[in-house]
Amino acid sequence: MKSATLQLETLTCPSCMQKIESAVKGVDGVDHDSVKVMFNASKVKLNFDENKVSIDDIEKAITSVGYEVQKKSVR
Amino acid sequence: MQRFILRSKNQITAISAILILTAFLSRWTTGGIQVFEWALIIASVIGAAPIAIQAYQALRVKVVSIDVLVTIAVAGAFLIQNYEESAIVTFLFLFGAYLEQRTLNKTRSAIKELTELAPETALKRMEDGEFVEVSVDEVDVGDILLVKTGAKVPVDGTVLSGEGSVNEASITGESIPVAKEPGSKVFAGTILDNGTLQVEADRVGEDTTFGRIIELVEEAQDSKSAAERFIDRFAKYYTPAVLVLGILVWLFSRNLELAITVLVLGCPGALVIGVPVSNVAGIGNGARHGILLKGSEVISDFSRLDTMVFDKTGTLTVGNPSVADTEYYGDNIDEALSYLASIERESDHPLAKAVLEAIGEVKTFAVEGTEVVKGAGIVAEVDGHRAAVGNVALMQRENVALTAKALADIAIFEQNGNSLVLTAVDGELKILMGVRDQIRPGVKEDLQRLRRLGVKNLIMLSGDNQGTVDVVSRELGLTEAHGNMLPEDKAAYIKKLMEEGRIVAFVGDGVNDSPSLALANIGIAMGGGTDVAIETSDVVLMNSDFRRLPHALGLAKATARNMQQNIIIAVGVVLVLLTSLIFSDWMNMSIGMLVHEGSILAVILNGMRLLRYRLRD
Repeated sequence: MKSATLQLETLTCPSCMQKIESAVKGVDGVDHDSVKVMFNASKVKLNFDENKVSIDDIEKAITSVGYEVQKKSVR
Repeated sequence: MQRFILRSKNQITAISAILILTAFLSRWTTGGIQVFEWALIIASVIGAAPIAIQAYQALRVKVVSIDVLVTIAVAGAFLIQNYEESAIVTFLFLFGAYLEQRTLNKTRSAIKELTELAPETALKRMEDGEFVEVSVDEVDVGDILLVKTGAKVPVDGTVLSGEGSVNEASITGESIPVAKEPGSKVFAGTILDNGTLQVEADRVGEDTTFGRIIELVEEAQDSKSAAERFIDRFAKYYTPAVLVLGILVWLFSRNLELAITVLVLGCPGALVIGVPVSNVAGIGNGARHGILLKGSEVISDFSRLDTMVFDKTGTLTVGNPSVADTEYYGDNIDEALSYLASIERESDHPLAKAVLEAIGEVKTFAVEGTEVVKGAGIVAEVDGHRAAVGNVALMQRENVALTAKALADIAIFEQNGNSLVLTAVDGELKILMGVRDQIRPGVKEDLQRLRRLGVKNLIMLSGDNQGTVDVVSRELGLTEAHGNMLPEDKAAYIKKLMEEGRIVAFVGDGVNDSPSLALANIGIAMGGGTDVAIETSDVVLMNSDFRRLPHALGLAKATARNMQQNIIIAVGVVLVLLTSLIFSDWMNMSIGMLVHEGSILAVILNGMRLLRYRLRD
């Protein structure tokens, strides 16, 4: 398990948190309970299994629902 | 293509506004319906494009978002050829989103300002001894860094060489320059006002005090209370429920116009962002004033507080004893002061420091034949005289006669909570000094403010003896004060208060009181930069400044009120819209969208008021 923090473009719309959360949870290998979409900080924090999925796949899932990823870090 | 459309949302909004304006102008001036209809059709289509894309993206991850409701509503209006409504609804939705973005950025600005203080580059000494600019991510513990005038200190570190003064406002909230010299500690995110420093990195990146503060503030602004989690869960089912309701209305009434109006009216926007907006603005205001509030749960508990417990005498008092009262007897006082200073200079007794500070610079003499009388004082030969410095017991032992006036003074000094230092020269009392820990300036007024804010009980728990504690308590008018307390006694006492059903805040420096800090409903840490305190507490007063406590409490109360107002605005608006749909004939989609967007802006603007919050006296 690794933990990732993704900095997104500024989140403003009321329903975007739900969209992003569902998108990220839809990726196989992401620990569902760890997903945290931070509205005010415009960040997503999550844990994922690096053997099953890469950070790029997670980024793709977020971009596909229409949000830009500005910075990502994995620890 | 999708991306391009989403990116050009603002331009689309502007074009759509122009088209709608053209449409109505042409109808009023020429009366022609052709231009009117076509302009509105184009406005509807281009306006609906970004909304439909967002709806599609949401549906792909099985979320029924507001975009979905609006897209269906607009499509429905288009079907029944009500282009006026479809155009105006899409425009209002887009324009609303634009205004939300602008205003939300404002509400978040206070915290953003803080995070932007984070240093980004550092001048690091390389192997060849040259300093090269690198990103802070490349700095490790032990690296030697150069900080020039006007630059940010990139790490927590120790000054190796150079001198300068540093503005530590980002850590302490106090923008008074602090002088630094070799051996001084410097903190990341502070700014070197003048001078040049070479610094060895002790802690880097997120481990620095500033890094931790940012991390905590970022967590805090998005932390959710139980009520918010409920709203979130509610919102998840609410939007699909509105969709189902719209379909049901259509099935039973066969009135498509009514059905799509339900969809627009049911949008839950203000409900979802109302509370987070208050939260971020309140925490932002705190951050600007050197107060760290850790999230909305903390704000809610803190605002209902009725009992405040102070950890020790030192929180309310200056912390180091000083000479508070002095009396002189007879002549040759200057000489007596010199003898006193000469003797105290060689002592390491805690009172000696206070006495020396009070006397200041005087002539001193060599001290001979020093005899330390345990628990009483010192007797010695100074400049050919026999000088005795100590308490009343020492005076009796030295057979010093105490006049009636001296005895009366001693009684008063003791009543004021002083420890006594008497000085006799050749068997005659010359000086009486009363040493005590004095109340911090302004504390009394601050306690008054706290009372006015609704704190019913002000309690002090201290390790000092009951006598000292009573004096401080009397002077400040505390509700209760208990002395001789060990850290575990304090924790037990707080537990007892909480079992009585009180909401308790514990104010401490966190050095040995972390159990109490963690146990109380609200742990308030006074202490710039002690890690334990920052971690275990709920509220941090960055530079141990007591004056911030009333502001912190007032702010928490204002923020909690603001959240309630926003919930009322959000729920109220939806209720009013739905009832007026049933009972009035003026309600339609455009008005519904206008009110919906208006309510979102209302909660954001309401939240923004918190940024300017100040405690009124």
